[in-house]
Amino acid sequence: MQGPRALTAKIWESHLVKAETSETPAVVYVDLHLVHEVTSPQAFSELRARGLRVRAPERTVATMDHAIPTRRGPDGRRAPAEGAAAEQVKALEANCREFGVSLFPVGDERQGIVHVIGPELGLTHPGSTIVCGDSHTSTHGAFGALAFGIGTSEVGHVLATQCLLQRRPKSFAVEFQGALAPGVTAKDLILGLIARIGTAGATGHALEYRGSAIRALSMEERMTVCNMSIEAGARAGLVAPDDTTYQYLAGRPFAPQGAAWDAAVARWRALPSDPGAAFDRELTIDAQALEPMITWGTSPGMGIPVRGVVPDPAGDASQEKALRYMGLEPGKPLLGRKIDVVFIGSCTNSRLGDLREAAKVLRGRRVAAGVKALVVPGSQQVKKQAEAEGLDQVFRDAGAEWREPGCSMCLAMNDDRLLPGQYAVSTSNRNFEGRQGPGGRTFLASPTTAAAAAVKGAIADAREMS
Amino acid sequence: MKAVSVIRSRAVVLPVDNVDTDQIIPARFLVTTSRDGLGTGLFADWRFDAEGRPKPDFVLNRAEAEGARVLVAGRNFGCGSSREHAVWALQAGGFEAVVSTAFADIFRANALKNGLLPVQVDEATHEALAAAPGAVTIDVAEGSVAFDGRKAPFPLEPFARHCLLNGQDELAFLLSHESDIFAFEKAAGPVPWRTP
Repeated sequence: MQGPRALTAKIWESHLVKAETSETPAVVYVDLHLVHEVTSPQAFSELRARGLRVRAPERTVATMDHAIPTRRGPDGRRAPAEGAAAEQVKALEANCREFGVSLFPVGDERQGIVHVIGPELGLTHPGSTIVCGDSHTSTHGAFGALAFGIGTSEVGHVLATQCLLQRRPKSFAVEFQGALAPGVTAKDLILGLIARIGTAGATGHALEYRGSAIRALSMEERMTVCNMSIEAGARAGLVAPDDTTYQYLAGRPFAPQGAAWDAAVARWRALPSDPGAAFDRELTIDAQALEPMITWGTSPGMGIPVRGVVPDPAGDASQEKALRYMGLEPGKPLLGRKIDVVFIGSCTNSRLGDLREAAKVLRGRRVAAGVKALVVPGSQQVKKQAEAEGLDQVFRDAGAEWREPGCSMCLAMNDDRLLPGQYAVSTSNRNFEGRQGPGGRTFLASPTTAAAAAVKGAIADAREMS
Repeated sequence: MKAVSVIRSRAVVLPVDNVDTDQIIPARFLVTTSRDGLGTGLFADWRFDAEGRPKPDFVLNRAEAEGARVLVAGRNFGCGSSREHAVWALQAGGFEAVVSTAFADIFRANALKNGLLPVQVDEATHEALAAAPGAVTIDVAEGSVAFDGRKAPFPLEPFARHCLLNGQDELAFLLSHESDIFAFEKAAGPVPWRTP
């Protein structure tokens, strides 16, 4: 008889085309393959060189997000991609046409950051396997999907065979007990976990986030948490589906309908880890004790409470290097430290709920003089909903820029970049050296903390502003 | 993929822990549709100043790096972005193996698919190699790295080892499972979502 199984094990076992042996990895079936312009062109070229077709175009969905500009030209329309970025955009259009892949390009009302549109279109389903040539594919784990990032060679494998060669990941359960304190967000929860276990803390594992603090999160908040699983070294991070999940998905464009919906929900209800399921590792965290977090260094694991002080590296060469790069001194608080840029966006924090939280802080206030604030909705749908609620006006009235959907300043491969030496508070996911532009210096935080920093022109505790 | 069995080279040491793929190749170099020509982006922000001049103190700009095909990095190499361009850039820079105490999962997978060897060694071996970089011999079949009269094992997933030694192409291997994939799809039924 089969013993109690964990969520990840159930998904893994139901997607085995061929089980692993000591000599060969498993052949794992992929339900949904998301594609974007930057990590796919070489994979399509490989297919062409080998005379292969895309095996399951109906399971492959492409959009443009990484390299495209997010600013508007004088005509009020999005500025077109130029130079090499335009080549990438054209290549994606041509590849999708040639291989019969659905594409939501710039100009389509379904365009957006790949990890924002999958869920909002209802393509992200509990119990499914989802991959994309992007490490933040872990985002989709919020729905109880086994979702992980792959490289371009593997993008080619999935295009050609709809399968991947994989070893079973180890499992790591993190239980957040209790409830988050007022003013503490999902971003703080995940930054708190990464600060605790480090950027290699979950390497080789799929995380499962559990406990009452996770159950209380909205789907958007769960996506923020799962999104940064990779920053703890885990390729995947999952939350078991529940009524919150089903309410979010019901009625979305690609979600099943009618009897098919009822059958799907009945299947999904069997997904959560069985009582007594074993995990390779387990960790319990007191959610009540978490505080608003901010990073001080050049790794997402270098996080402290926003009211904390920069730690003493005590001989740790990485921390010393990070302090030098950031121009910070140990033992000093970050509160009150002047900043130049605020970036609210990215696959971590660009959904409607994130924009509402930022708008709460910015409503009736002004972005401090000398600070550039960028608000970049995650998708055309998010943009449309935010505008219907008047959030764009709140941001504009405050003096922030309201942009077109895309990855924007998260990764400095489009026009949105920090200048050398600039300090930014960003709601994105990586504070690596130069991530937001060569020489740029990033403090990662929640939309609430970022908005507070925009108003103060300095790192601030939003709880003091209400 | 070209078969790899033994790598004999001088090692060059980059004594930085947690090197992420944004450092290996910054995102602005990813605006390309090719896997060639990425060598100029390799460690670009560490190798060059804002005016594009080589920084003389960066290890890969020094004479000792000339011709080295083994990079001994600090602990935990390759975290962050899934960009396979990081592997392509390291190979364009002449590297055939990277030695560290740990590798991020996606980087390791990407490296093995291109025949770049991720050599994961224990702390003591890592420390010894970083302190006395010289001639290194990496043996894929044996899973060993030898230097300075020492020899240490490193783990290699059996299928990855097979692929490296035989130049086995993973995509060709997957394609050989066509009938299994077809049977799985037939049993699973149509896509679970509505189509547009």
